[in-house]
Parts: sequence; C-alpha cells; structure tokens
Amino acid sequence: MRFDWDWEFTFEILPRLLAATVNTLIAAGLGYAIAVVLGLVFALAQRTPVRSLTFTVREVVEFIRSTPLVLQIFFVFYVGPQFGVRLSPWTAGMIAIGLHYSAYLSEVYRGGIEAVPKGQWEACRALNMSTRDTYLRIVIPQALPPSIAGMGNYLVGIFKDTPMLSVIGVAELLHTANAIGSENYRFLEPYTLVGIIFLAISLPAAGFVRLFEARVRRKLGL
Amino acid sequence: MSLLEFLQTYGSLIVSGTWVTVIQFLLAVVVAILAALTAGLGKLSKNVLIRGVAITYIEIFRGTSLLVQLFWLFYVLPLFGITLDKFTAGFLSVGLNIGSYGAEIVRGSIQAVPRGQYEAAYALSMSPARRMRRIILPQALVLMLPPWGNLLIELLKGTALVALISVADLMFQTRQINASTFLSAQAFGTALIIYYILARFLITPFMRWLERVMARRLGRA
Repeated sequence: MRFDWDWEFTFEILPRLLAATVNTLIAAGLGYAIAVVLGLVFALAQRTPVRSLTFTVREVVEFIRSTPLVLQIFFVFYVGPQFGVRLSPWTAGMIAIGLHYSAYLSEVYRGGIEAVPKGQWEACRALNMSTRDTYLRIVIPQALPPSIAGMGNYLVGIFKDTPMLSVIGVAELLHTANAIGSENYRFLEPYTLVGIIFLAISLPAAGFVRLFEARVRRKLGL
Repeated sequence: MSLLEFLQTYGSLIVSGTWVTVIQFLLAVVVAILAALTAGLGKLSKNVLIRGVAITYIEIFRGTSLLVQLFWLFYVLPLFGITLDKFTAGFLSVGLNIGSYGAEIVRGSIQAVPRGQYEAAYALSMSPARRMRRIILPQALVLMLPPWGNLLIELLKGTALVALISVADLMFQTRQINASTFLSAQAFGTALIIYYILARFLITPFMRWLERVMARRLGRA
C-alpha cells in the first residue's frame, strides 16, 4: 500500500458506499424514532409522585448516559442469546442506540418541561384540567420549542454514532467501507469517502437544525 | 458460573484492561485540553489563516464519527508517511475528537467574560497576551468547567472505541472474555459497571471539586 489516490477505484466503490449511506440514514431514523418516544416516557416517569419510580428511572438514565454506547450494543446483542432470545444485529442495534439516545433526550425534555412557568401549571389546576390535558395541551406544547435545539443536536449525534453498529455486523457505511477495504487491500479511498459522506450530511443537517429552531421560535413569537 | 467465580477467574484481565482505559483516558484528556484551547483561541483570532485552520479542524472533527476518525488515523495516515502505533492513534483520535467539542466551549466561555473586563485590562495597558492569561482565561475557566465535566464523561465513553483497533483496554478484554467463554452478561455487565463507577464516582466528583476550588480562587464561593 502506498499513497496514490485512485479515481477509478473511487468511482467503482462510490455506489456501494452510497447504498450503505441509505442504511445508515435508516438506522439513524429508526433509532431516533425510538429515542424520541422512549425519551418522553423517561422524562415523564421522572415527574410522577411515586418516589421509587422517579428514583429508579433517574438512576437508569444516569447509568445509560455514563457508559459507552458500543458496550451497550454488545451487551444487548450478546446477552439475549444467553437467555434464549436471539436478536438480529439490526434489532439489537436499534434497541441499544434507541435506548442510549432516549436517555439523552429525556434530559432535553426535562429541561424543556422545567422551563414552563409555574403559573401555567397553576392556571391548569384553576381551570380544573386533568393531568393528561395539562401535559398534552398546555405543558408539552410549550416545552417543545426550547427542546428543539437539543433534539436536533442529538439527531445529528445519533447519525454520527451509527458507525458503532458495524461492530455487530449492521451493514451501514463504516461496515461497508471495512468490507471494501479488506477485499481490495485499499483503505485510503473507502475511509476517506466515509468521512466525506459524513461531513456532507452532518454539516448541512446541523445548519438546518439551527434554521428550523429559529423558525419555530419566530412562529411562536419568542 | 456465578459472578463471584467469574471475577475470581477473570479479575486480573479486567483490572489490566481498566488500567489501560484509565491511561488512555488521561492521555486523551491532555490532548483534548490542548486541542480545545488552541482551536478555541484560534477561532477568536483576528488572523484569517489561523481562524480558518481552527474552524476547519472543529468542523471536520465534529462533523464525522469518532470511529471513522479513529480508523482513518490508524489505517490511512500511514499512507501519508505518519505511522502511529495503536495506543497513540487511540488516545490521539479520542482527544482530538473531544477537543473539537471542547473548542466551542472554550470559545463560548471566553466570549461570555464581560466586556468591562477587557476594557479594564486595556485601561491598565496590559498586553493582549497578558490580558488573556491573567484576566480573561481565569474567569472563562470557571464558566467552562461545568460543560467540561459532561465532555469528560463523553471522552471516557469514547475511549471504549480504541478496543476496535485492538488497544487492550477494558472493552477489549471484555470482548476477549466474551469470545472465549460466552458469559456475555457477566463480562459486559462487569464492564458497564466499571465504566459507570469511573464516570459517576471518580470523574464527576473530581470536576465538582475542581469547580469549587476554582470558584474559591476567584473569590466567588
């Protein structure tokens, strides 16, 4: 191996890498969908009057946040079969990455909910609204706009963390680049292209998140 | 096999792995702090070239995955004539990755130091370098410590990836044990708990302590 960029090879492998990019985007999208819902569950569970539940969820969120995602992916993938539950790499990967990011998103939601002024809660109580209505109609709509920046950052974050799924054999971008590299004994082009593809998606995505946030703020008159 | 037996059999491997993880962490912290300070100050520079280099570094390392950076540094950099052994490539890429996030913290907290502090230092005719060193940075440091606490947890988690270029850290040893015994719950479970202890009971309290010490030194406690 020596350093000489091979354009022919580049164009030969580019379609394969772009196909894998679709997988990466699907993985990020699915993982994020799980995280958005589960994160809200985690956030709301921490606001129930049941002390033991609040405490447990708080600790679980802390635990997930302070341990490496790659280790969690291995854990979910390998521990299942030990107890007779076989998970495909995709399923295990989505559970692990979704769970990991739901812990982060729950913190984002929590910040958003806590930012809703106390008067709003009191007004709901004064109007005799049910807890469900209070959350669904008053609190969550107000908690979302300040959460958008954080949510957007974690969307880009989950995208950048999908390469870790390659360790259990999910055929995403890095996994494909590894395969191409070892088939051809050339790593320069595949790895560099992976880097460029990531930049080409995450930089505009980060910019878009900022624009979207500004737009929501303007729409709500903030 | 019970957990106790498991730990008796594989304890020494796990301890040696943890030790490597700690060393990787400490070296990566040094790299991250240096990179963050350099790039954070560079982004505030008036010189277009310096600012350009700093922004390029920050955007490239924040825009791609740590794992991709790690593989690139380890497998592709040798083609440019720079061969790093796996241990160096490991902490260097983790440090550079976290450093790019840290650079934004450094920049943000320097800009958050009140304008009057600059003006007062100017009025006392301090040189720009001295003003930065004696007046601005110490105050910015207090502001940036809390976000750095979170970033250091991210850094610790990032070091787990060096196992994938076969640095024999905690993650690597656990995978080895898993591959030879299939005791996945015990192996990965133990590793998860060790990472948790390192993050929650060593790094976080240390950062809290540092925050208190720094606040006191600035007379704000």
